[in-house]
Formats: sequence, structure tokens, C-alpha cells
Amino acid sequence: MPRLATTTGATALVAGAASALAVPANAETIRVTIPRIKVAEYHAPYVAAWLEPETGGAARTIFVWYDIKKKGAEPGTKWLTDLRTWWRKGGRRLKLPADGVSGATRTPGSYDIPLPANLPKGAYVLKVEAARETGGREIVSLPITVPGAKGTASGKTELGAITIR
Amino acid sequence: MNSRTLFSRLALASGLSLASLALTTSPASAHRFWLVPSATTLSGTDQTISFDGAISNDLFNPDHVAMPLEILTIVKPDGSKGEMLNAAKARHRSTFDVAIDQEGTWWVGVTRQGYFGSFKLNGEEWRVGGRGRPRPGDKRVDGVDAIPDGASDIDLTENLSTNGTFVTSGIPDTDAFTPTGKGLELQPLTHPDDLVANEPGRFRFLIDGKPAAGVKVTAVPGSKQYRSSEMVTTVETGADGIATIAWPTPGMYWIDAKAEDANPAEPRATRRRMGYTFTAEVVAP
Repeated sequence: MPRLATTTGATALVAGAASALAVPANAETIRVTIPRIKVAEYHAPYVAAWLEPETGGAARTIFVWYDIKKKGAEPGTKWLTDLRTWWRKGGRRLKLPADGVSGATRTPGSYDIPLPANLPKGAYVLKVEAARETGGREIVSLPITVPGAKGTASGKTELGAITIR
Repeated sequence: MNSRTLFSRLALASGLSLASLALTTSPASAHRFWLVPSATTLSGTDQTISFDGAISNDLFNPDHVAMPLEILTIVKPDGSKGEMLNAAKARHRSTFDVAIDQEGTWWVGVTRQGYFGSFKLNGEEWRVGGRGRPRPGDKRVDGVDAIPDGASDIDLTENLSTNGTFVTSGIPDTDAFTPTGKGLELQPLTHPDDLVANEPGRFRFLIDGKPAAGVKVTAVPGSKQYRSSEMVTTVETGADGIATIAWPTPGMYWIDAKAEDANPAEPRATRRRMGYTFTAEVVAP
């Protein structure tokens, strides 16, 4: 994954904050926690979240955080395949950057992302996958029912608590 | 130009005889012919992938001889030929780059065809095929075209093999698997660039374009030096031609299918041995 410039912090909130404003008051929100990891070489992880309908069918990406600014011989999109499950489940079908989906990488902290307001009723599994340059990769699953999704799950290494409410 | 002529030309150009190439797939040899890409799954069309190729016992540990580069073909998703960049043949392995400038599934590999066997001439036994070019005085010819008139007791086996690997940019597609209808071929039900350790791989094998039962398929993960067993999985295709492989571990696999029948192209030959081999990555879930 690419070296992250110090602009990460500045751009971190753009996608989340912008879409959060557009959210109806009653829509559910996913809270994703990126833990602080004490290593000599730390890079903010690439993170993607998507919903898989429990009955099968196409996955819907809710967000993907990657180095959207890096261009050139090794653009930030090069390492999207490190989110290997997301890539198989739907990432490779997306044209990036995608409005309301693409965002810059986030530094450790908690971030609120609204569930899409137009989500059809039904049972889903929310998946959140994180992959960190020179670090690990983790995927967290959380079964939910829409509307009224509620629940919490937690990663052990690359992700902290994932909460929907 | 038909594939035989093309093949002979390549073989001549590289100083290798048809027979010596055919021999590398002969069952007597435990050596495995393999190609490994530096990545199988790509995002975008601005990346260059490096390939290593060798012939060795252990996968993918180059400990025997380098793969001849002259025989390789690079096929782009649209069917056109790709370019080999920065090629080098070292002692134990060959290496080259390919700029993946098109979305879809690429194939890099080699298709080989040849004959081996024997015949009698004036009461003396001659061989067909074998390693290297026959020298003056050898009772050996390097191809069926060189079998003289008046030869008797002709016993010939055709060797037909395909060996390669797949790289996909974006969404895996199946144009690279369009059957030619000749020999042993692969029709993936699970795409080689879409394999994951907790889902079995399912592959249909065709012979001359039709589902082939009883094809022996062997899957071996690389890096044996870091474990105690070969970890080989052997399965056979059913009546529908399908082989199902449960992956014992994530990793880069060498998957080798073998079949034999009595339908060689050459009328004087009696047997046909076919091989279809590919390298594929099985990711951790």
C-alpha cells in the first residue's frame, strides 16, 4: 500500500462527513473503529464495507477508503486487491472513484457512515475488511435486518468495534 | 502457418528439437514445468507483472533448469498476442515482465505437440523423439516426418500438452478458455483467478471439445520446503468432465490434468497422451 502523506488527516472526514449530512434522521449508522496499532511503520489501512443479502445475490459496497489521491506509476488503486474478499465480492465491478463510496484512508479513530437509505428490506450480512501496508488484514461480519438494523461485532487486530444503530 | 510449423520454427530458433520439448512432459520425468506470476489479480491496466518459469521437482522452487522462453505465448483478453519484456534466462529460472494493459483474463504459457516411439528399418530398431537432435550415426529421428519409407513395426505415441497461468485485471472472464476442440482443455466453473481456500475449485476438462471422464487431476501447493508432506490432492473427473478440488491450504497451486486415449492426429500413431497444467492462486478467505 502507498505511503500516506500527512494530508490523510485533513481529507479523512470528507466522504463520511459529507454523506452524514445528507442522512435522514431515522437511518441507521455504521460506526467503524480503526484501532491505534503501535508499530514502527504505521500506515492507515485500506478499509471497505459491503452488504451481502442473506439470500444471496450481488454485494453492495457501502464505502471503500483508499489512497484516492495517489496517481502515477503506482496509483492508490493498485492496492485495492489487498482487500481481497471485498475485491472478489464486488470491488472489481466498481468504477472508482465512485460518488458516496470512495473516500480517503482514515487514521485511528471512530467513524460514522450511514447505511444507504434506499436499501431494500431484508436480512444482510455487513462485512468490513481492513488491510494495512506492512501490516495485517482482517474481516469482520455482522448479520443485520433492514429496517431497524442493530448490532455490534469486533475485530481483533486491524479493526475495533463495528456497531450499527 | 499451422501450429506444427510454427512450433518447428520456434524449436529451430531456440536450438531445441521438437522431441526434446515433448520429452519434458513424458511421464518418466518427475520434473514439473511451471510459470508463476508475481500477482494474479489486478486493479487497473497500468501494472506490469513479472513471471518466473522453470522446470524443477519442488514447486515453486527453481532448483533444476530454467524454462525456455522462446516457446511461450502471451494471449491478451481480446485474443491478440502480448509482449514479453525484460526477458532473461538464468541458471535455474527464466524471468520476464508483461505490461497488463487490458482488462480481463490473460493467459501466458506454452502448447506443445510431438511424437515419441520406435520403428524398425532393415531389421534394426530406431527411435522417434528423445532428447536433443539426433547426431549422425544415431538410430533415431526427431519427428514423424523423418520416418523413412520402408519402416516397419511403427509404434508411436502423440504427446499433446498445455501449460500456463492466468492473470486477471478487473473482472475475470472466460474468453481465454474458448476451446479449440483439440486435445485436453480446461473449462473453469470456478475461474483460476477467483479461487478461495474455503470454496472447492471446480473445473471441467474437455477432450477434443467434449467433457472427458476419468481425467486424473493433481493439485500441489508450492513451498513444500516449509512443511513435511507434498500435500497433494488427486481427483478424477466424473462423467460430466468435472473435477472438484478441496484446497488443503491457501497458496499458489500447480494443477495438472492428465489423460490418455487412442485418437492421435498422426494415422501411424496408436496412442495419445494429453496434459493440461496451470498455476493458480488460492487466496485465504
